[in-house]
Amino acid sequence: MNQNTIQVDALESEAIYIFREVQAQFEKPVLLFSGGKDSITLVRLAQKAFYPAKIPFPLLHIDTGHNFPETIEFRDRLAKELGVELIVRNVQDNIDSGRVKEESGRYASRNMLQTETLLDAIEEFGFDACIGGARRDEEKARAKERIFSVRDDFGQWDEKNQRPEVFDMLNGRIDLGQNVRVFPISNWTELDVWSYIKQEEIEIPSIYFAHKRKTFVRDGMIWSAADEVVYRDEEEKVVERMVRFRTVGDMSCTAAVLSEAIDITKVVEEIRDSSISERGARIDDKRSEAAMEKRKQQGYF
Amino acid sequence: MKVLKIATAGSVDDGKSTLIGRILYDTKSLTDDKLEAIEEKSKQRGFDYLDFSLATDGLVAEREQGITIDVAHIYFSTPSKSFIIADTPGHIEYTRNMVTGASTAQASIVLIDARNGVVEQTYRHFFINNLLRIKDVVIAINKMDLVDYSEEKYNTIKGEIEYLASKSEYKGQNLTFIPLSALKGDNVVEPSENMSWYKGQTLMHHLENLDTKDINDESQTRFPVQTVIRPKTNEFHDFRGYAGKVYGGDLEIGEEVAVLPSKIKSKIKSIHFFDKEYAKAKSGSAVTITLEDNVNVSRGDMLVKVAEEPTITKQLDATICWMDKDLLQISQKYYIKHGVNDGQAKVTNLSSIIKTDFSGIEENPEALELNQIGDIQLKLSKPLLVDSYKKNKSNGSFILINPKTNNTVGVGFIK
Repeated sequence: MNQNTIQVDALESEAIYIFREVQAQFEKPVLLFSGGKDSITLVRLAQKAFYPAKIPFPLLHIDTGHNFPETIEFRDRLAKELGVELIVRNVQDNIDSGRVKEESGRYASRNMLQTETLLDAIEEFGFDACIGGARRDEEKARAKERIFSVRDDFGQWDEKNQRPEVFDMLNGRIDLGQNVRVFPISNWTELDVWSYIKQEEIEIPSIYFAHKRKTFVRDGMIWSAADEVVYRDEEEKVVERMVRFRTVGDMSCTAAVLSEAIDITKVVEEIRDSSISERGARIDDKRSEAAMEKRKQQGYF
Repeated sequence: MKVLKIATAGSVDDGKSTLIGRILYDTKSLTDDKLEAIEEKSKQRGFDYLDFSLATDGLVAEREQGITIDVAHIYFSTPSKSFIIADTPGHIEYTRNMVTGASTAQASIVLIDARNGVVEQTYRHFFINNLLRIKDVVIAINKMDLVDYSEEKYNTIKGEIEYLASKSEYKGQNLTFIPLSALKGDNVVEPSENMSWYKGQTLMHHLENLDTKDINDESQTRFPVQTVIRPKTNEFHDFRGYAGKVYGGDLEIGEEVAVLPSKIKSKIKSIHFFDKEYAKAKSGSAVTITLEDNVNVSRGDMLVKVAEEPTITKQLDATICWMDKDLLQISQKYYIKHGVNDGQAKVTNLSSIIKTDFSGIEENPEALELNQIGDIQLKLSKPLLVDSYKKNKSNGSFILINPKTNNTVGVGFIK
């Protein structure tokens, strides 16, 4: 036995408290898992919240079909190790059936298309709470998000009429058909997440660390040329560069950064000194000033 | 790293967003891409200065109207401390969102426009800070550049606020007055050359040196049980742990505790956090506790030290801030949520209401409207384990939920 005193870091205990509220207040919660650093952090926090019992809900991955192979391999291995059910729903199925239309051209991305597949999955399984790794520091529409954020049966966020959320009392009462998006790491910053991953020695996919990759430059950003899903013009020249990814979304909308950070200590240092925000490498947020708010109104997570 | 949660309050156009933008800018917390976006948008709108509110007003409607509608949480850090600022709206119609933002704050900044001095909204913000019992309040007298950095103006406003404070029943509050210009940067991060008469600290220096106690650190120990952990695996076949967060003081192995509401006494057998065991858990820790005796404990029950029992009651006397368009009236029923516990509550009496200009109270009103604050009495469907808000913030507050809409409609402070 450790004879020491435990005083948990405030952000960690807040997140654990939120996980337990979800388990206690909802019938069918699910953890939205993308294989990215934020959802990997969520998984660790969920483990801590219920240990020695298992995480009491499944993981759900909305697979755009354009994910980095390293992430998919990591996802499957983690779910197996945890002994937790992993549900995967594919955006490709909705494209094939014609329910959603794929974008084309230089800025084509499947990011928006995820929403439809997510809402289908929520309906298919009857999930009443979807736990996600969104953080308020990511983007200014996200900065407005509650920890328990109610969505109607179209998945819509009514940003002007959110429930008051006072002290740490979380109101999870909803009508049939509604669901709640839950954000346990709302108050964490990108640096908090990386520092936590370092402190806890949490394993993350290799694309987060600097590696040599075939890339090309467009609009001042570095794109992966390793896969045909990223649209590339003939004149956009492929060059091998030492890069890593700060955020792992869909390959078609996630740019890399030049980096020499080959381990977690270097990554933390790099984030601390960075003068560009994490979302600066996400082309989907640059479409308009209200890109994130609009997507959230339509049910994006 | 220490985290300080701060709420801002101020009337419309007092410059809250500008102040936050200025802090972010001067502490170099705005990344290049965000700064570029602000520069570009400011230019597009024809401003000859950087409109920092673009950094914080995250909703389309807010940018259209140039006002803050809902709380935005802003994060930044200095080498010694992390800060979370809840940028709350100034409009009367968004008072509920102001309470939302301020409820978790350890400190608050009330902005006053030096040209206008104390206005009705200042009374409201001051009152809400007192109601929430926020200990450290900074009165930031802004736009000093527009009153020629007048010491006299500053002193007049300071005097008015001090008079207000002398009449308040909450005496434990620390008031700090700082004259500044958010637009020009005087006394925000850098000391002002224009106000050599001011001998105090800059706003950031003051915030960096504030003692960052959690809002619940000074109260009695409360351990509300969130959930019971029963793994039923081979390894942990008989494990029965009570998961929750420690509020107030410490809990340690061997300590005698009372399980409420049953009042059965037992001792703490073990304290778990993830795969390790500990001898003692401090306030704020989200741990799992096992007891020596096989007591029936479920969600909403509470473990407390034997000599520190809260009140077990089916009636509440409380001040309430009403947050819904539907009126609060006598004999209405609501769900009540008190910490992790819940039940039903019926309004038995509405004894008074604070007048909208904060000049006093009105007795026996008929109803409470959105954003009004009044005193009510409630009858409960089951006993709750409560403290007064004065003594214990976490265990002295509750929310009311409308059973028809499931919305959170009011926040209460137990007397």
